[in-house]
Amino acid sequence: MSNSQAAHSQTIKHSGGIADRLYTLVVAVISIAAFIMVAYPLYFIIIASVSNSTMVNQGQVILWPKDINLYGYEQIFKDTRIWQGYKNTIIYTVLGTLLNLLVTLPAAYALSQRKFRARRFIMPLFVITMYFGGGMIPTYLLIRDLNLLNTPWVMIVNGAISVYNLIITRTFFETAIPEELHEAATLDGCSHFRYFISVVVPLSKAVISVITLYYVVGHWNDFFNALLYINTDSLQPLQIVLRNILLSNQAFAGGAGSGAGAGAGSYAQQFADQIKYAVIIVSTVPVLIIYPFIQKYFEKGVMIGAVKG
Amino acid sequence: MKPAQTTVPHQTLRGNGWLRKQAGHYQLWLMVLPAVIYIAIFCYGPMYGIQLAFREFDFSKGLTGGEWAGLKYFEQYFNSPMFWPTLRNTFIIAFFSILLGFPMPILLALVVNSIRSNRRKRILQTTVYMPYFISTVVLVALLQIMLSPTTGLIDGFLKALHLIPADTNLIGDPGAFVPVYVISAIWQACGWNSIIFIAALSSVDAQQYDAARIDGANRWQTVWHVEIPAILPTIIILLIMNMGSILSVGFEKTFLMQNSLNKPVSEVISTYVFNVGVKSNQFSFGSAVGLFNTLINFTFLMLANALAKKTSKISLM
Repeated sequence: MSNSQAAHSQTIKHSGGIADRLYTLVVAVISIAAFIMVAYPLYFIIIASVSNSTMVNQGQVILWPKDINLYGYEQIFKDTRIWQGYKNTIIYTVLGTLLNLLVTLPAAYALSQRKFRARRFIMPLFVITMYFGGGMIPTYLLIRDLNLLNTPWVMIVNGAISVYNLIITRTFFETAIPEELHEAATLDGCSHFRYFISVVVPLSKAVISVITLYYVVGHWNDFFNALLYINTDSLQPLQIVLRNILLSNQAFAGGAGSGAGAGAGSYAQQFADQIKYAVIIVSTVPVLIIYPFIQKYFEKGVMIGAVKG
Repeated sequence: MKPAQTTVPHQTLRGNGWLRKQAGHYQLWLMVLPAVIYIAIFCYGPMYGIQLAFREFDFSKGLTGGEWAGLKYFEQYFNSPMFWPTLRNTFIIAFFSILLGFPMPILLALVVNSIRSNRRKRILQTTVYMPYFISTVVLVALLQIMLSPTTGLIDGFLKALHLIPADTNLIGDPGAFVPVYVISAIWQACGWNSIIFIAALSSVDAQQYDAARIDGANRWQTVWHVEIPAILPTIIILLIMNMGSILSVGFEKTFLMQNSLNKPVSEVISTYVFNVGVKSNQFSFGSAVGLFNTLINFTFLMLANALAKKTSKISLM
């Protein structure tokens, strides 16, 4: 496969008429443009977060940080709201993701078993929920009636399974794990539980890492659930805290004692942007750190799961 | 799928095969049970609660206890001054998101697929996936900083190129809301959405490329006659799925980008449901508006599905 592909690109290289060269040029231009358009803003946030805000605002910080200082980061480290939000988000993410995996993986396994007749009606029932739902108000009232409002549980339990991830996982189990393995295991007297834990899970690192990444990112970035269902300040996740600091400008509201959120300290306006850049980095880095570790499984996992899903 | 193969081991174990099978199924049931319970409570529960849209909400009687009100709340929405603005805004944002946002990942996938150097390919892919991990809150904050009329990087850049007049405030200008919304969405998700097309392209048989070359096709013709047809089924399926959520314009981003200046163009159905339903406690009215949105979504999904079935024999269901 890789040999023939290499040979094929070789031949294209040699055959290069004007049209082909133009094609190569267009591809190069688009890929460089795409790279710069995505990479530069991300790079800019980093250099702006450690540069003198005045120079950033005057447009002097373009390629390298200038007048380096860590004032923004120092302010954040003193801000208890951010750390409280961080702590809450980590709890919600860890417990939520664990629950996601405990619900999704066994269900995907059961639904991947061709002999399991019930899957013929269970699967459609799951898929319908991707396109049709009760909507915001009935869901809100249900959560209220279950006494989940203003509890950490709503952030962990609500969204315990994503049907999309279930389909990816099920398809992976169906296509990447040979049925003969199960037959051999059954002959040796292996139960479904045993087979699932000692054979299927170890063989499915690719898809498990991918859906773990999906779930982690989902919990980490979850804003909607907290907005709807959490009022208590001490339970707010990072994203709500970020919204207060970054968008509502609570923290920058003029002088001291101007009634910013509970326990909030006011930042000096002149450093506002630098602090914003630093907040963006501090809140996004954890997710970006996980990504490269999972990337190597990426192609195997998503691709098998998604294309045939 | 393979009945002949799968029954073999059971036949060899005929003595306790039936029992074993039942035991096995009971285990499978246990494994799928948590998911079924969750879906029943959290997805079908609210669907059952849809009747709220046809009832007078009664605080003491819960989701389904109030008096029947018929179509009162639908009529109230259709006759309200917010009906047309919310419907129009939702449609405009959805329309441009699909029109511009759908083809870009396909284009990007074709480009990535054409890069020969594995290292360059990997660098480009890793980079363009990155923005997908940024949360909506942070993305909107970034937009505000970058588009700030006095100090914003992008604002300054566009002004330097004379692409926008010097006095433009992209964050406050109602005319800029839809372009900013759509372009930033493409920036954030284009790379991520291209993964599936890159995967589909990687399954194109090398022989097809060779055949095209022997027929004298240049690289453009190969794209048109080999690569596009190869990913067409994926394109159609994803298009149907996107059509099905045409009116579920992202609540979070719209809500976070909303301010008093752009509200006339940024109030979409979902933000309206939140504002009247949750914030002002008009539960029945909010449910009716939400149900109206869901029904339109579903109609679009079915229409797109039927159309695709008719024209290309590919369908979701």
